[in-house]
Amino acid sequence: MLKNRIIPCLDVKNGRVVKGINFVELKDAGDPVEQAKIYSDGGADEICFLDITASNENRDTIIDIVRKSAKECFVPLTVGGGVRTIQNITDLLLAGADKVSINTAAVKNVDFVKEASKKFGSQCIVVAIDAKKISDKKWEVFTHGGRNQTGIDAVEFAKQIETNGAGEILLTSMDRDGTKSGYDIDLLKAITESTNIPVIASGGVGNLDHLVDGVKLGKASALLAASIFHYGKYSIKEAKEYLDSKGIPVRS
Amino acid sequence: MNVTIVDYQSGNISSVINSFTEVARGKVNLEVTSDVKKIKSSDKIVLPGQGSFKSCVDSLNNISGLVDALKEFAITKKKPLLGICVGLQMFADVGYEEAETKGLGWISGKVSKINNQKGKFKLPHIGWNEIEIQKESKIFKDIKNKSHMYFVHSYEFIPEDKSVISATTDYSSKIVCSVEKENLFGTQFHPEKSDKIGLKIIDNFVKL
Repeated sequence: MLKNRIIPCLDVKNGRVVKGINFVELKDAGDPVEQAKIYSDGGADEICFLDITASNENRDTIIDIVRKSAKECFVPLTVGGGVRTIQNITDLLLAGADKVSINTAAVKNVDFVKEASKKFGSQCIVVAIDAKKISDKKWEVFTHGGRNQTGIDAVEFAKQIETNGAGEILLTSMDRDGTKSGYDIDLLKAITESTNIPVIASGGVGNLDHLVDGVKLGKASALLAASIFHYGKYSIKEAKEYLDSKGIPVRS
Repeated sequence: MNVTIVDYQSGNISSVINSFTEVARGKVNLEVTSDVKKIKSSDKIVLPGQGSFKSCVDSLNNISGLVDALKEFAITKKKPLLGICVGLQMFADVGYEEAETKGLGWISGKVSKINNQKGKFKLPHIGWNEIEIQKESKIFKDIKNKSHMYFVHSYEFIPEDKSVISATTDYSSKIVCSVEKENLFGTQFHPEKSDKIGLKIIDNFVKL
């Protein structure tokens, strides 16, 4: 049976792991390569790096982090943040990333998703959707790390990127990100029920029951979390034992 | 001993290189090349593959003499070859991803899309799934039944002769996830991304 994945996410700024609340107020949480190795040894099913500065001058920093981590972590590595061109993807894959996550560039031009998945295969193209609730059962896509409102409906966009060859959706609730109040289950359900590709839930995990809800109520294939792991509140192992005790299949 | 990873521009092979480098260190020489001469003189070959069946077959055919060199290595000389993901799928006679495409024809069978039972199963099949060992395989030495391996694919290899199947995994049906036929080995999962247990499979292949 396919297991639900636990994915610690390392938000990287200027070569350091940081974690913010609602995408701002960043706190330092350590060296990304060391952290990735600790998570990989600790049973993480995948590791996600998000380059949250993602300006051009910082590309080399994230590439160097990916290169070093890929030599020590033998689980899949997903890298996102500032992925705008085919060349960006090539550079990250050559450095050792297994998947790239595309956000703003996918919204600006959905054909980019098609081009990327055709060239590299759907298996390595993740589209990250940052969504914010605008009314009951309605969410809108935001870009540029949550700064720009697009007017695009999140559910419609999810269907569109699936058609264009995305292999997975990384869905972040901007309302919940960093709040520790749990995933936005309604949003998660809306997306998982309207698409046929795996959805990674993100944004808002504060305790282990939130992870359980992500799978049981939100039907997520994978669970992404940051701060509950970074500050030592729970280990990956504890999270998996808890999920297992609630009847959710995980890799032991 | 020389182990060669075939680099035929089939997409991302960095992880394959990293994992084999980790395992091979101090034991064997590792080459990453599409040089036909080097491939012919190698002791073992790893054939990775990412993207679609068609794009991988096209890429192999784009390198002059490569398919013949691989055939001589694997079929005539019967030296050990490990196909990973689409690398395994290409052993088949035919694949149906993108367009009907002729495979290498080393193990009779076809590659078709996983039946997702009208959306009940999400595709691609991404993540960690248990392997059910169907027969002893040299690359499964010290690998426990029901070990978790990392998968990412939407198509499955269906061999005609079921005796080549060394492991299956359960996703909508029993999907063939490993084969062994004489000197030919293949895994649908990614040993290079399957943590320590995956490295053990690579080690078993390197030590053959």
